[in-house]
Amino acid sequence: MVDQKVKLFDYTAYSLPAEGSAGLTGSWRAKRPIIIEVKCTKCNLCWLYCPEGTIIRKKGEVPQIDLTYCKGCGVCANECPSKAIVMEDETKWLNK
Amino acid sequence: MVEQVEVLTGNAAAAYGVKLSRAQVIAAYPITPQTTLVERIAEFIAKGELKAEYIKVESEHSALAACIGASLGGARAFTATSAQGLLLMQEMLFWAGYGRTPVVMAVVTRAIAPPWNMWSEHTDALAQRDTGWIQIFCHNNQEVLDTIIQAYKISEDKRVMLPVMVCFDGFEISHTAENVLVPEQSDVDSFLPPYNNDLIDVEKPKLLWNGVYPEDAFKFRFIFYEAAQRSLSVVEEVHYDFYSRFGRRYGAIEIYGECEPKVFLVAMGSVASSAKAAVDVLNREGYPVGLIRIRLFRPFPTFELQRAVEGAEALVILDRSLSFTRGILSTEVAGALYNAKWRPKIFEYIVGLGGAVVSHKSLVEAVKHLLARVDEKPKGVVWLKSEG
Repeated sequence: MVDQKVKLFDYTAYSLPAEGSAGLTGSWRAKRPIIIEVKCTKCNLCWLYCPEGTIIRKKGEVPQIDLTYCKGCGVCANECPSKAIVMEDETKWLNK
Repeated sequence: MVEQVEVLTGNAAAAYGVKLSRAQVIAAYPITPQTTLVERIAEFIAKGELKAEYIKVESEHSALAACIGASLGGARAFTATSAQGLLLMQEMLFWAGYGRTPVVMAVVTRAIAPPWNMWSEHTDALAQRDTGWIQIFCHNNQEVLDTIIQAYKISEDKRVMLPVMVCFDGFEISHTAENVLVPEQSDVDSFLPPYNNDLIDVEKPKLLWNGVYPEDAFKFRFIFYEAAQRSLSVVEEVHYDFYSRFGRRYGAIEIYGECEPKVFLVAMGSVASSAKAAVDVLNREGYPVGLIRIRLFRPFPTFELQRAVEGAEALVILDRSLSFTRGILSTEVAGALYNAKWRPKIFEYIVGLGGAVVSHKSLVEAVKHLLARVDEKPKGVVWLKSEG
């Protein structure tokens, strides 16, 4: 809902799909997902399950999480078959 | 131009209006007294006389939701309902109104329960006056047919893009047969061009009516308000265009009987028909009485009304609706005249609630009674009883 993303049509309101169309949702996060690279099998299930599309996958590499938009819901950690994602308290990064 | 004379009930006249407007999607749920209207449309479709999709829905809420979707997708949509059905629709009424969706709906007015009652009262339609719909009240079957056709033209005008309710009284109009002139399809086609709406494009997906922050919401309300204001002159334009093609003149208000009388009756719908008969009798006997029939209730024709009442000593408002302690039409008329240069006295009468008969005889008596006391201060709301 960033202002420029809401198109003021001549008579009614709509928004177009765009990255961050709901604002910087990363600030909502209470828990931060951390990928333990040695455990990751690069199966990309986390990428598939992320409801917000904030996991970036690259061929042959460990996926990355876009913390600008990740809301910290924990779905990826719950679904990871090799328990390679852990949710850590966001307060750890508060003063860093 | 050739017109066919048919004997039609108000509901059948509305169905003919829908057919001549070439509506493409009809979604409706039956409720007395609207039922025979949508039955007639179903018959037109079954016989192949109207090429439209008839969606059978599980409720009035869904009926209007289907019409909104159809209209956004570029199809001309129609629905009809009454009383309880209209109330069940209410959430969708706002989506259509503030969403700027051109849908036309016939509201066959009926009293809202309790007590359970199927006869006419305007409270159901008038209770929806703030939902962002244009509201037109008809007083005979010819007007019903003509208004449905006009409603599409008003509604789909790019300066307006607002839904329209065509309201007429249950039974007194909906189930009463009259001679109705049915225009030729080709004449209606040249008056009413096909509808299109390019808002939805499957190649470019979008989220319609998304969440917005207060500043944007305020902006959209203002855009709506401007369209609502513009609609008043578009209605006038469409009335004139219709008159020049079909020869039947309609206005936001209609003045009947004496033009500069001492007292004006003010009424809507079939009550206005009784009032016309009463004015005829009173004028014949030499009483200085006229009638102002409010045809357009939303947007309310404030300026026209202010001009029409100039010189009149009093208004007798015949209200077939009730908002707690006062009639809804009375509130509206009083509000419209507050800032006027000429402010006649307002005598408020509640008539015909729940389908109670409003005979022209009772109106004649009431007006004669009032004329003798027109110099006195109005004493509040009067309930006018009519004997059959």
